[in-house]
Amino acid sequence: MNTPCFALVDCNSFYASCEKLFRPDLKHRPVVVLSNNDGCVVARSSEAKCLGIRMAVPAYQIQDLIQQKQIFVFSSNYALYADISNRVMTTLEGLAPAVEVYSIDEAFLDLKVLENQDMEVFGQHIRQTVDRWIGVPVSVGIAPTKTLAKLANHAAKQYPGTHGVVDLRDPARQRRLLDLMPVREVWGIGPRMEKHLEQMGIRTAGHLADCDPGVMRRTFSVTIERTIRELNGEVCIGLDEEPAAKQQIICSRSFSQRITQFQDMREAISSYAIRAAEKLREENRYARSITVFLRTNRFNPHEPQYTPSASTELALPTLDSRDINETALELLRSIYRDGYRYMKAGVMLGDFYEPGVYQQNLFEQGQERPRSKALMTTLDRINHSGLGRLFFASEGIRKDWAMKRAHLSPRYTTSWKDLPKVN
Amino acid sequence: MNALPALKPAEIVTLIGRADEFPRLPIPLYLDSVPAGFPSPAQDYVERALDLNELLVKRPAATYFVRAQGDSMIEAGIHPGDILVVDRSLEARHGDIVIAALNGELTVKRLETQPQARLVPMNSAYAPIDIPEEANLELFGVVTNVVHSLRQP
Repeated sequence: MNTPCFALVDCNSFYASCEKLFRPDLKHRPVVVLSNNDGCVVARSSEAKCLGIRMAVPAYQIQDLIQQKQIFVFSSNYALYADISNRVMTTLEGLAPAVEVYSIDEAFLDLKVLENQDMEVFGQHIRQTVDRWIGVPVSVGIAPTKTLAKLANHAAKQYPGTHGVVDLRDPARQRRLLDLMPVREVWGIGPRMEKHLEQMGIRTAGHLADCDPGVMRRTFSVTIERTIRELNGEVCIGLDEEPAAKQQIICSRSFSQRITQFQDMREAISSYAIRAAEKLREENRYARSITVFLRTNRFNPHEPQYTPSASTELALPTLDSRDINETALELLRSIYRDGYRYMKAGVMLGDFYEPGVYQQNLFEQGQERPRSKALMTTLDRINHSGLGRLFFASEGIRKDWAMKRAHLSPRYTTSWKDLPKVN
Repeated sequence: MNALPALKPAEIVTLIGRADEFPRLPIPLYLDSVPAGFPSPAQDYVERALDLNELLVKRPAATYFVRAQGDSMIEAGIHPGDILVVDRSLEARHGDIVIAALNGELTVKRLETQPQARLVPMNSAYAPIDIPEEANLELFGVVTNVVHSLRQP
């Protein structure tokens, strides 16, 4: 029997690294990438981190620093990041027996069949191959469980002496790292849980690992029990498993310009609702609760403020874009008021059900639309094929409210017109 | 008017196969179907249409396309506007056409590693660029093919 072994491969400052790929002039320069609508910093090159730019800081707060230090600013170029991500993942799939793409810039590898190899050497091989073939740097954390592999990766990034690879299979080494790591760095420990744990005196990953899993399950949840067992080297989360299912799906953006017309807001809410429904189907779940919220600009004290939200529960859980769209638009009508300059809006889905588990109450009314699942599957297939896009008329065609992307780099790898130029 | 010597078709061009008419779907239909009656006699002869990607892109994940500007590589058959196929997975050797980072820009040149490292333009109007030993020559990748359009759109 092979002992379990996982690696987490994570691209360093992924978006910033992509922006540098075809720009040798930026090699040692600070680069930041802004979120949708150029709102907040979502990625920083190592040089930008050294200048003290924090993650998620609003762009307007660092305007002066950007000028003084000549920081290069980019809008999010998702076409580029998605293409580079895909190259990284394909390369990893050729290097490891099993790969789980965890996010755009992270993948878990199952390495148990390679266990006899020198893992440090194998980790370096992964790192060098991705760096040479694709041109973006990665860090590799190797450990007996996914939760420990996450921590190992964190250490590989944090300590330059590791040269980007940490093999954390040795229990003594695990213990040393656990005692160094704040508990918030543990996979699946969110800010709320961190507060609870802190009150109990649990500040490091080591403290958490020493907790009684049974007691913690009764106090909190089975999720934290699994985390504790994983920190102690016991595999509870296999490849393609999440520590905890998401509790909400949120689709929300800031607008490029303030929205003052109901028609524009209707289009925005409609596209968010439909995107949220698409995400729901990607996870193969049904939702019963739908929330719509609107925001004016709270940073501007001279404007009248209005930040309403409205929720409803459907008679039956649904995954049908039409139900979610219609309900979201009804909710919007109930809260929309003229005379405000709206900055942001969103749609949130919650109260999830796995297919077929919902028990209808005797007195409940409601019926699923005929052939809903089949129609939605067809819709998604067409929209994912890349050949065309079907959308709801309520989403609008012009989308004047769509986001601002003033610093967008070319679509270097996905448009013939935008290919990098060489002299 | 001068009479041209007659050429046999084979001397002009050689047909190497049917080009792929539907590049998005290079796999023929019915390849995986399970026939209920007699097997089709044509089934054994099903072949994939030719796909230029197969010829030009050996390692898709490591292959980037870039567009050439200027005439410094004209003698290598690289014209302004041509698309270069760049494979980053290849180890650059003496004599390869490479994409290198030079003064903060990407440039295409011929790589010489001996007697000393230099990047050589393939146009006598331009001088070779010596790479001092202490400088770290940064290579983006090796150019494997040139896509040059002969007909103006």
